[in-house]
Amino acid sequence: MEIVLALGIGLLAGSGVWLLLRPRTFQVIIGLSLLSYAVNLFIIAMGRLKTDTAPILTSRAAGDLAHLPDPIPQALVLTAIVISFATTALFLVVLLASRGLTGTDHVDGREPEL
Amino acid sequence: MNHLMIAPIVLPLIAAAIMLALGGEQRRNLNAALSVASTLALVAISIALLRAADAVPTGMVGVYRLGDWPVPFAIVLVVDRLATLMLLLTSLLAAAAVLFSLARWHRVGVLFHPLFQFLLMGINGAFLTGDLFNLFVFFEVLLAASYGLALHGSGSARVMSGLHYIVINLAASLLFLIGISLIYGVTGTLNMADLAVRIPAIRIEDRALLEAGAGILGIAFLVKAGMWPLCFWLPGTYAAIPPPVAVIFAVLTKVGAYVVLRLWLLLFGDQAGASVQFGGEWLLLGGLATVAYGTVGSLAAQDMARLAAFSVIVSSGTILAAIGLGQVGVTGAALFYMISSTLGLGAFFLLIELVERGREPGADVLAVTREVYGDEDELEDSEEIGIAIPATMSILGVAFIGCALVISGLPPLSGFIAKFAILTATLNSPDSGISIAGWTLLLMLILSGLAALIAMTRAGIRTFWASPDRTIPRVRLIEMAPVTLLLLLCAIQTIEAGPIMRFMQATAQSLHAPHDYIRGVLGSRAERPNGSTGPT
Repeated sequence: MEIVLALGIGLLAGSGVWLLLRPRTFQVIIGLSLLSYAVNLFIIAMGRLKTDTAPILTSRAAGDLAHLPDPIPQALVLTAIVISFATTALFLVVLLASRGLTGTDHVDGREPEL
Repeated sequence: MNHLMIAPIVLPLIAAAIMLALGGEQRRNLNAALSVASTLALVAISIALLRAADAVPTGMVGVYRLGDWPVPFAIVLVVDRLATLMLLLTSLLAAAAVLFSLARWHRVGVLFHPLFQFLLMGINGAFLTGDLFNLFVFFEVLLAASYGLALHGSGSARVMSGLHYIVINLAASLLFLIGISLIYGVTGTLNMADLAVRIPAIRIEDRALLEAGAGILGIAFLVKAGMWPLCFWLPGTYAAIPPPVAVIFAVLTKVGAYVVLRLWLLLFGDQAGASVQFGGEWLLLGGLATVAYGTVGSLAAQDMARLAAFSVIVSSGTILAAIGLGQVGVTGAALFYMISSTLGLGAFFLLIELVERGREPGADVLAVTREVYGDEDELEDSEEIGIAIPATMSILGVAFIGCALVISGLPPLSGFIAKFAILTATLNSPDSGISIAGWTLLLMLILSGLAALIAMTRAGIRTFWASPDRTIPRVRLIEMAPVTLLLLLCAIQTIEAGPIMRFMQATAQSLHAPHDYIRGVLGSRAERPNGSTGPT
């Protein structure tokens, strides 16, 4: 399980960084999205991975971290997802404005001279 | 006093919400009135908090537990000397920016005032919070508002530099999250005071992970603070954004410096066990490299807006390098420098717009060309002896001299006292002799001051004395008043240097020995009526 998650995070982060360094704005925004997925998974992993545990407190049993996943990283991830979603949407607007103003989707606003 | 602590966050939030609820852009005058009222109230609140912090020996005004949860679990707002100082600096610059925007700038785009209030909310929250993840949330609030403001007025230059600014900050935010989760994974807490208690007890095999987390977290802040080599986005963005926004952006770099100051000294201070002063040499070296980069950049800058942007980098670098020395006296002097240089830079950003108004675009580049190739029509000047300097130009010129004095650090304004204080504190270090790092800092400080002086003189001569066919800019009183106000504050900082420096030194003392901070935050759980507390 750990190795699958680690490979997943690595793949997402690697693809994200590659796309982030590309010259087209659309590639950049997809790269940022992939990176944020990788980071969200990473936050969950920092709460330690557990299988076969109850997602929340079961009734009448005292809370014990041995039988429960750590709730804090889940709360953090929830916040991080909302924030990265909102900022990505905002970036999308700027991307369209830039396309409209400059007529190109290059991140520098002009095509490189060949 | 208790609920006054959260007022710097709640007040701008409510003001912005009312503006949006009342119809946003249709009621611009009402928005402007609300914005001015809220910003001036923030100045009053931060003065009240600062006086409260100065009145108690520990400097802790109090700890505000949101939702009244017990402390290690609650998100806390902590009001101490450093936080109140930063609040006051922000609210003063915000007041200047809002007043300035009333003349013209709040009309060039939509929703200036609500965005500005949200930005203030984010900045104030970042200064007040005592919780690492909450810090992230407030950072995102201030960044989201700053994206909107950076694009205020639109135009392709602003959209392009805004695009770069947003991508850089989104990537930095992701690093911020990675750093936070690594630190949480090792220590199991996000409360800053609780972290400071737990870090000395971290096992040696986990320490590398903790330090990696802290390093990644640091990079996220240093991008905001503009440390070389993470600052290449800064000059383009700062030169393109509208001037009232640039004033408050000058504080944004200081938010990064603030977090470094707060977290580094709290988590990796003298009691941090094996991680004492982790990364200190990087701060120092990075700061020195930043000063060098900013100095070269300001000498090479061809227009005043870029000159101002590079001065922001020099200011950031000086503060980071001074913090990196890790001595109480130098930190206190660096705080004094931070206030002085931010006020001076704020005034300079506003002044540039007023001066540039009377010139055709590209005049600066032409002037540089003229310097290189010689001026062909120099002879005609002899006819024009005795043209009276118009009053507007002379007022602008005096204000320009004021800004140049503060930024380059010459007497009699506060920039000189600030640099002098850093120099003396470095020379009088308690260790035997001065280290090489200390000498390098001295050298860089003096060199950067000289370069700033040369660059400012050149820009001033080009603008005020040697400018051909210029029209006199039309300047309104409401635009000149904020510039004068900011320079007046620098003058007050000079006259009242004694008490202010004493406050800065007390702040530095409590930053370097954060027992009061930790006790203040963790001790506040004893106030809880039931008394049940979590494990420490």
